Amino acid sequence: MALVNTTKGEMDESLLEKREGSLDNDIETTTWTEYWLDGELVHRSVHVSLKTGPALFAEAASFD
Amino acid sequence: MANTQSMCTSFMGDLLVGAQQLGTVTLTSRGSLTAPTTDTVKAALYLASATLNASTTVYSSTGEVSGTNYVAGGVTVTNATAPTSTNSSTTAGVAYWTPSASIVYTNVTLTTAFDCVFLYNSTQGNKAISVHTFGSQTVTAGTFTLTMPSNTTSTALIRLATT
Repeated sequence: MALVNTTKGEMDESLLEKREGSLDNDIETTTWTEYWLDGELVHRSVHVSLKTGPALFAEAASFD
Repeated sequence: MANTQSMCTSFMGDLLVGAQQLGTVTLTSRGSLTAPTTDTVKAALYLASATLNASTTVYSSTGEVSGTNYVAGGVTVTNATAPTSTNSSTTAGVAYWTPSASIVYTNVTLTTAFDCVFLYNSTQGNKAISVHTFGSQTVTAGTFTLTMPSNTTSTALIRLATT
């Protein structure tokens, strides 16, 4: 029996409707898991995996 | 209004004057600074309607998310791996740093859409480090996890490069 933390306290996963989704692009790979009870969203967790960060390019000026 | 992924310009300036320190280094002729400690980095989440960008200089609660179990200012970033620098040629190289663990907000409810995490140095007056955006999200009685990219010259979370 798996318990899920929800807005109504911990609930048995079997009592809930589970919905999952994902997103993948150049910035991130993201997955989310939702649990619904009688049409109400009672849990949503998100996992974002960042692929990279912004780069700063630096240079030294010449005296030419 | 939107957040824009960028290195904060003030952070670049801070680096040049040594105002921020993400790892330890042995210094010479700096008195008590010869055995410095590592600064604490924190990560705060911001609403999709906020306007963080390269001109952000310091942490502010304006535009920050709020909700159950989220503490203003965010969470402390695990920083067990010091910055690394690698030469790619005689004229170019990359210095890079990535938090050594995922950034996790546990059992939170954040009902207003957010799309941005802001890294800042809480040891040095909450000075800005960087802004990172992602797809807009909400969380309900759940966990928001940000897994870091690989700490390499091409993918690290923060990279300073010369070409």
